[in-house]
Amino acid sequence: MSNAKEWPLWEVFIRGQHGMSHRHVGSLHAPDAERAIKNARDVYTRRNEGVSIWVVEAENIAASSPSDKGPLYDPARDKVYRHPTFYDIPEEVGKM
Amino acid sequence: MYAQMVKSTGKSVQALDDMSPEERAFQERIDRGEKIEPKDWMPDAYRKNLIRQIGQHAHSEIVGQLPEGNWITRAPTLERKANLLAKVQDEAGHGLYLYCAAETLGVSRDELFEMLHSGKMKYSSIFNYPTLTWADMGAVGWLVDGAAIMNQVPLQRTSYGPYARAMVRICKEESFHQRQGYHIMMTMANGTPEQKRMAQDALNRFWYPALMMFGPSDKDSVHSAQSMAWKIKMNTNDELRQKFVDETAPQAEFLGLSIPDENLKWNEERGNYDFSEPDWDEFYNVVSGNGPCNVERLEARKKAWSDGAWVREGMMAHAEKKAMRKQAAE
Ligand SMILES: [Fe+2]
Ligand SMILES: [Fe+2]
Repeated sequence: MSNAKEWPLWEVFIRGQHGMSHRHVGSLHAPDAERAIKNARDVYTRRNEGVSIWVVEAENIAASSPSDKGPLYDPARDKVYRHPTFYDIPEEVGKM
Repeated sequence: MYAQMVKSTGKSVQALDDMSPEERAFQERIDRGEKIEPKDWMPDAYRKNLIRQIGQHAHSEIVGQLPEGNWITRAPTLERKANLLAKVQDEAGHGLYLYCAAETLGVSRDELFEMLHSGKMKYSSIFNYPTLTWADMGAVGWLVDGAAIMNQVPLQRTSYGPYARAMVRICKEESFHQRQGYHIMMTMANGTPEQKRMAQDALNRFWYPALMMFGPSDKDSVHSAQSMAWKIKMNTNDELRQKFVDETAPQAEFLGLSIPDENLKWNEERGNYDFSEPDWDEFYNVVSGNGPCNVERLEARKKAWSDGAWVREGMMAHAEKKAMRKQAAE
């Protein structure tokens, strides 16, 4: 058996329909971006699941770590005034 | 099932009080129905069990292409050929989704292949049976994919995020597999007497191996409790087997075929069918490598892997060269 190195891992993002954002659907191995897109077509869109494919080499993705959860998201928690329901508007004003 | 004999730690389930604070927080997240994601802390045994289970599942999808691949060039019509080809291609996809999920746990794709090829990791016993006639394509789609669906549907709620998401994709695709199989059975059962006989023969040969797919009876399965506490197994083997029999028996009746079990009958009191257990000695024999096709299947996998090596290496070398040229030009 050869000990050649494994094809790199690519993360695959697919736009399901026009007007929607790309969504992460999974990953696959491919030697380069061109091949990764072709493989993604075969692996993730066998039933017209997409109109556009992005691939990113997994090692190029930076991610927040689970232990950051508190410090990253807590500051948003006490700012309820960012939500429309914080403001009481009388009903006679109508739909707003 | 596709992961029939996942060896776990063998220890019984730990009580919350005996757990370390981390383990306890982890178990409580699972109990609350939260998903565990790749970067989250997890007990070593959870990780190891999942690698074995997802790996075994992935290998089953991949090896499972072989018995059906056997009939792609022999399909009776162009339409059946296209259907079967699409089905087998889906199974390749299922294998790939699952390998990806396993890799998020820190095992590499090559390591997984290596463990399959060396026999360190198993695949489902069902794929070690031969597919002798075209009717077997009907029986496999109907019974084997039917049994797989039974197991995979609840796994969509499993605790490990990437595994659950792979299961969602897989389940969306499976029902076509079962229906195309049943459609073949319907056509043959309503065909010439010779065709009907082939359909009956296929059912006779695949019935018990399909029942074995759910794994040994719960009373002999030491690995279930911890896996169920971790929600990487959602139902017991016997529960799923019963459910499968209950759904399949009326389908066989509709075909006008008889399930090869004289004890099979509706039990009014239980609200289930009574049925005979498969021959567990045969099961253990097949799992330990002595089924009719074990050697052939593994050889076919190893050959595909080594025959493809020059392509993988060549494409990698080409990609590296292109990247270097691009760098030089910048
Ligand atoms: Fe599958
Ligand atoms: Fe399938």
